[in-house]
Amino acid sequence: MTRYDVAVIGGGVTGGLTLRELSRWQLSAVLLEKEEDVVMGASKANSAIVHAGFDAEPGTNKAKYNVLGNAMMEETAKELSVPFVRNGSLVLAFTGEDLDTIAELKARGEQNGVPGLALLSPEEVLALEPNVTPEVKGALSAPTGGIVCPYELAIGAIENAMDNGAALRTGFAVEEIRDMGEYFILRSGEETVEARFVVNAAGVYADEVARMAGDESFSITPRRGEYQLLDKAQGSLVRRTIFQPPTKMGKGVLVTPTVDGNLLTGPTSENIEDKADTSTTAAGLARVQELAHRSVPGIQYRMAITSFTGLRACADCHDFIIRPAKGAPRLIHAAGIESPGLTASPAVAKEVVRLLEAAGLALAPKEDFDPRRKPFPKFREMDDEERAALVKADPHFGRIVCRCEGVTEGEVLAAIRRNPPARSVDAVKRRARAGMGRCQGGFCGPQVVELLARELGIPMEEVTKSGGASKMLTGKTR
Amino acid sequence: MKEIDLVIIGGGPAGMAAALAAYEQGVRDILILEREPQLGGILEQCIHNGFGLHRFREELTGPEYAARFAREIVEKGIPYLLDTMVLELGTEKDGAKIVTAVSPREGYLKLRARAVILAMGCRERPRGAIGIPGTRPAGVYTAGAAQKFVNLKGELPGKRVVILGSGDIGLIMARRMTLEGAKVEAVCELMPYSGGLTRNIVQCLEDFGIPLKLSHTVVRIHGRERVEGVTIAAVGPDRKPLAETEEFIPCDTLLLSVGLIPENELSQQAGVALDPVTGGPSVDECRQTSIPGVFACGNVLHVHDLVDYVSEEAEIAGRQAAAYLSGRKMDGEALPVGGKDGVRYVVPQRVHRDAEPFALYFRVGDVYRNVRIVVESGGKQLLSRAKQKVAPGEMETLPLKKEQIAMLNGPVTVRLEQKGEK
Repeated sequence: MTRYDVAVIGGGVTGGLTLRELSRWQLSAVLLEKEEDVVMGASKANSAIVHAGFDAEPGTNKAKYNVLGNAMMEETAKELSVPFVRNGSLVLAFTGEDLDTIAELKARGEQNGVPGLALLSPEEVLALEPNVTPEVKGALSAPTGGIVCPYELAIGAIENAMDNGAALRTGFAVEEIRDMGEYFILRSGEETVEARFVVNAAGVYADEVARMAGDESFSITPRRGEYQLLDKAQGSLVRRTIFQPPTKMGKGVLVTPTVDGNLLTGPTSENIEDKADTSTTAAGLARVQELAHRSVPGIQYRMAITSFTGLRACADCHDFIIRPAKGAPRLIHAAGIESPGLTASPAVAKEVVRLLEAAGLALAPKEDFDPRRKPFPKFREMDDEERAALVKADPHFGRIVCRCEGVTEGEVLAAIRRNPPARSVDAVKRRARAGMGRCQGGFCGPQVVELLARELGIPMEEVTKSGGASKMLTGKTR
Repeated sequence: MKEIDLVIIGGGPAGMAAALAAYEQGVRDILILEREPQLGGILEQCIHNGFGLHRFREELTGPEYAARFAREIVEKGIPYLLDTMVLELGTEKDGAKIVTAVSPREGYLKLRARAVILAMGCRERPRGAIGIPGTRPAGVYTAGAAQKFVNLKGELPGKRVVILGSGDIGLIMARRMTLEGAKVEAVCELMPYSGGLTRNIVQCLEDFGIPLKLSHTVVRIHGRERVEGVTIAAVGPDRKPLAETEEFIPCDTLLLSVGLIPENELSQQAGVALDPVTGGPSVDECRQTSIPGVFACGNVLHVHDLVDYVSEEAEIAGRQAAAYLSGRKMDGEALPVGGKDGVRYVVPQRVHRDAEPFALYFRVGDVYRNVRIVVESGGKQLLSRAKQKVAPGEMETLPLKKEQIAMLNGPVTVRLEQKGEK
């Protein structure tokens, strides 16, 4: 059996970017993902925000990696051909007290090293964002804030790592870690993987992975955040990411455009017990709407296209845990990566590799490492000439499968054929955007199921929504 | 760039009828663009009967109804492209319309059209639009998606089913799933009345003993991987769920029939003004939109109950597009048309004083009994008609005669007058 130099547990954005960092060096690395596809946890259900870095307490890991990660994101996204926009952000003040809060945030941000922060008058705010509530008393502007596609970032990083030699094992849920001194044996059911070093990027399950290695120094609580996503017709209500000021009542919700042109509102914030409970609630969604209307009164929720819940992995120390495990120095934690974890992820990945080196992992540069991911074909974003050429070269790009998002059969096939390969309807959706639009797969669902069945060589009844028992169909008709 | 007199976007019942009507009027340079691999549009998956009662005085299935038109299209040699999706619609300064389309066979196409008929149909509202809370497992489908799986792919999307929404597709699918061996536990309807045709309630639910729960909705979806059940609840007069009435129904599938939305992304792109109530273009009696030379018909204009009416409307659009191409101008003043006192919308949204005889089509916002429908223009009554019952699920038609049109002298209003008990 191959013994890998490094096994990364968890195929989210932190694990994915860590795998990619590892693929720069002459070593063998494998990503272990418990689900059928990568990016099934918090990395697919979050605010999709690249935070400027004024929020975290100075001196914390969150503050440090937020600012570092923000500075790295543009280049990382470019190399991985992932949509990123530095759209800037505003923290609104609704009351006199809020004005003090945003002034404090500004001071905190400056201490964290955030560039360009400025306090704006109500007139300035409304000139920039005319759909913000006329009640606004002022705002903190953070021009370095941005938006990114979080699942494409993780998928892009994993694809790039795989193209540079890294391996992926999906459906591998680590249940046991045995430290053999020179190496670890990681077991999932009947299967095992051996690795000299291990990275724990297991999200809400990172405390359980730590405990398997004998480290009981922290615990992770899932914090539910509910969101509502709106049609692209609402996507231009704001250009910047609109935050609310933190108060004793909580951090409020954000209203932001997404890189794909939708409007995203949320999240709520509620600690729960169950690490797999990504259900939404009537109360939560009502709360999102009520709070979002406070920032942008004109949002029309009848144009909502979906709602979802993400579970933030909150460590009991309220900070990122990026260090070797207690009692297992060759296992590096990247745990408690809640907000601003997406922003921090490129910097966290670099730090994890540095810690691995400090723990004894030899790093020799890989001569032929290519940091650029081959761009995923996006018919909808091409101009006339590019489209014409693409369809001529491959007629599959001439058949629109998802009419809402303008996704072609060629893109669905690319999602299934490229690394990490899509095996389910949701996996296709995350890669190619088929089913991501206003009809939410009403039209293209049956066609995507058919294409998956054909490509995977399985009957349509075996195709799942997202792996496991999530079969789309229950059998043949009479 | 290829130049074409008339491009018709959509080869469903509306597009085909419009093409044939334009052809009858002498237009020959026509091109129908259809995204599916065959003509017929949504009718291809509507294998139940009940189509054509008005038009052909016989009961046809959807594909049979479509075939009558498709055959004629082929016989007359009207050109069409299948598997072809229109991506963009724009207008040039000289009035020409630029249609961008793509297909695997034809490649990437740019066409220059003198006139365009919009006939793209409609789509279903998804779960997200009504915000049903709960998990997001497999097994939640729009009724139309389920219909496609069953009727076109031969695949069963579930065995134990709850349906939310009693629109016609929901009712039809209740019967279809039952015939395929699934157990339909209930059809829940938020409103105190069904939005579907009475004949469908009788033939699809009552005949199969499927309970219709009016003033009920689904408040939660359960199950992590596949649907394991739904919680339903009665709603109060404000349509808010009443917590004390919650009831769990075990099922593996939830089908949604919660409304249809005219599919007007292309129209909006081209700058066509839409009616916020219908979700379709605002048109005159010729079915011409706010852009001269761009016409609309069928479900892209407003959602119809019966395909027979779609064909009828499409023929108007086809004839009038032909008239437009032959240089006819409507010189008379265009008067706005609107509904009030229970009338939710009226199509057309404006009419010309010098119009040929036309009909007003309208829908009410609630169920009313013993009413009088009144049409007025500039304070004068043009028409009044008694009606025992009007319901949101059944479109009403009011043909106007020449002498009534001659009386048009101001904004036109359609309203209901309550005669007795509601």
